[in-house]
Amino acid sequence: MLSHGSGGKMMHKLIEDLFVHHFKNNILDEQTDAAILPVDTSEIAFTTDSFVIDPLFFPGGNIGKLAVCGTVNDLAVSGAQPLYLSVSFILEEGFPMNELETIVKSLAEEAKKAGVLIVTGDTKVVNKGKCDKLFINTAGVGQIKKEDRDICKGLNIKPGDVIIINGTIGDHGMAVMNARESFNFKAHVESDCACLNHLIREVLNQSSVKFMRDPTRGGVATVLNELVGKIGYGIEIEESALPVTKGVKAMCEVLGFDPLHIANEGKVVIVADEKEGQKILDLLRNNELGTQSAIIGKVVSDHSGKVVLRNETGGRRIVDSLSGDQLPRIC
Amino acid sequence: MKYVDEYRNKDLILSVSEKLKSISRKEIVLMEVCGGHTMAIHRFGLHELLPPTIRLISGPGCPVCVSSQHFIDKAMAYSKVPGVIITTYGDLIRVPGSSTSLEKERANGSDVRIVYSVLESLEIAKDNPQKKVVFLGIGFETTAPLTAAAILQAKKENIPNFFVLSAHKVMPPVMKALVDEGVKIDGFIAPGHVSAITGTAIYDDLASVCGLGVVISGFEPADMMQAVLMLTTQIEAGTPKVEVQYQRVVQHDGNKVARKVLEDVFELRDDSWRGLGTIPLSGLKIREELSSFDAEIEFNVDVPASTEPRGCICGQILRGLKTPLDCPLFARKCTPSDPVGACMVSGEGTCATYYKYRS
Repeated sequence: MLSHGSGGKMMHKLIEDLFVHHFKNNILDEQTDAAILPVDTSEIAFTTDSFVIDPLFFPGGNIGKLAVCGTVNDLAVSGAQPLYLSVSFILEEGFPMNELETIVKSLAEEAKKAGVLIVTGDTKVVNKGKCDKLFINTAGVGQIKKEDRDICKGLNIKPGDVIIINGTIGDHGMAVMNARESFNFKAHVESDCACLNHLIREVLNQSSVKFMRDPTRGGVATVLNELVGKIGYGIEIEESALPVTKGVKAMCEVLGFDPLHIANEGKVVIVADEKEGQKILDLLRNNELGTQSAIIGKVVSDHSGKVVLRNETGGRRIVDSLSGDQLPRIC
Repeated sequence: MKYVDEYRNKDLILSVSEKLKSISRKEIVLMEVCGGHTMAIHRFGLHELLPPTIRLISGPGCPVCVSSQHFIDKAMAYSKVPGVIITTYGDLIRVPGSSTSLEKERANGSDVRIVYSVLESLEIAKDNPQKKVVFLGIGFETTAPLTAAAILQAKKENIPNFFVLSAHKVMPPVMKALVDEGVKIDGFIAPGHVSAITGTAIYDDLASVCGLGVVISGFEPADMMQAVLMLTTQIEAGTPKVEVQYQRVVQHDGNKVARKVLEDVFELRDDSWRGLGTIPLSGLKIREELSSFDAEIEFNVDVPASTEPRGCICGQILRGLKTPLDCPLFARKCTPSDPVGACMVSGEGTCATYYKYRS
């Protein structure tokens, strides 16, 4: 109800019974206007993301889990260790309390798994029709070591460096699309939504990485195209090396989509020296979030600024970023 | 994956490529009519596997690309009528009309919804009985039977608020028109899914009267390479005919049920094609007895004649006379995010394909 966002007793009850109950930690318990955060570093990483996904529940997760993973992963791929999150809810009047509780529980569970504390938040309720059921914003703070602070910049990348991914691509985007549209595909496709901070920390602690990015909206193609725009070299990827599940592949074939353009929520693209490649691959594959990791391509001195895919028949084609939404073909 | 992997088998494709190189003597131009074929050629890099004697050119078989600007303008005019919901396949919403696009109209408050099947439009009509739901019918013999089936279903279920704005077209007249116009084509790679509905006889005249080979092809790389081989073999031997490469799908008579549905709902009319002008008996109009579902009858909206954008050479590209690289607007003023001509809008348009894979 609107009163749940009014600042009165109903709002306080909601905060106490639901949010504080599930997110419980010492900093949040103080319930001050601003959380006071102990940070043991001279530099912090700070990011924010809003989640407006429809449907709220999808195979492999829900908006709550996604809201934690999205922000945690943005910090993790920047080389930071995620520590604290804020969570803000914008609720449409009439949103069912039991669904909200399920979502809040997922948020709490995922935050616990990632080892981050939810230390502050906000709730607003808007009139029916003024938002679509539920929107969530999370912001995150992490600490970053000096030696990791250039990882997001992709400095020192040179021809021969390998491109690695920690598993199958396109699962999240296709799972959401399958849940949203009336396709009735029988293929079981599940979102890969997961917090990658522990996996990434393992890799950073034991190997040398030149660049990392999470291929969310726009997919792997967008990450690689942004990268070639910066490094002054080209990238060549091998179609046969791309890990794609049968279900995603089949859906993409039917709809005319390219898995390289589909969103992921539990994947990281890593660029490293060729000599480090196997070590990183082994580290990733030993973690449950990386069992299907693969080297998918390399940095090349040819076709500077372009990502080229070598397909299974030996032909080559340019892989561009998407211009807008990927729309299904007509016939 | 079954029905995919075996038709992308590298050894098979390379062996067809070798065979082609060994038999090809004459310099020939083959037109792949369908946008799906254009996409496959570029996606799988098939140009690189052909001998230099064989040139492939793209034809007018992308439904979004050939829909006239006047059609888009009409759809936009309907979208501004209070109480109207426009339903459409995805690509169409970005196509620029004379002044704006459906996507921009949607941002301005028009109710424009993307559907994946025309049957979703019927559902929307049932759920919104107080509104008028217009489906924008585009595509060839492939999508037209679905639209026809939806109209028959609307009649059966008595759904009075469902309408179709038809820009459906048929394939053979435009192919014939290109030949009559003198475009140099030695043979056609024809779309397999059209013949899955129509059968093979629709191309008989092209072979017997115009003396051109037509091979009805599937969409995987091995299909297309085999189709090129079959056409080349015909041309080298001087025996043009209609052949089916896509035998796992296409039957000589096509799909009789779908043909009957098409016949029951639509009749042929002269139709206007973007960049190509009016082609006799090339479009599908809803028959008079079903005119209560015809949006053009229902809405009395005056839409002024439209002019095509200056400098855009989509018409010549759709005729196979020029490639996007010949267009001064290509990749400069005309890009997928800000298209001038329709060939840049659809994922299967020639310009979008060139932009995506070649630029």
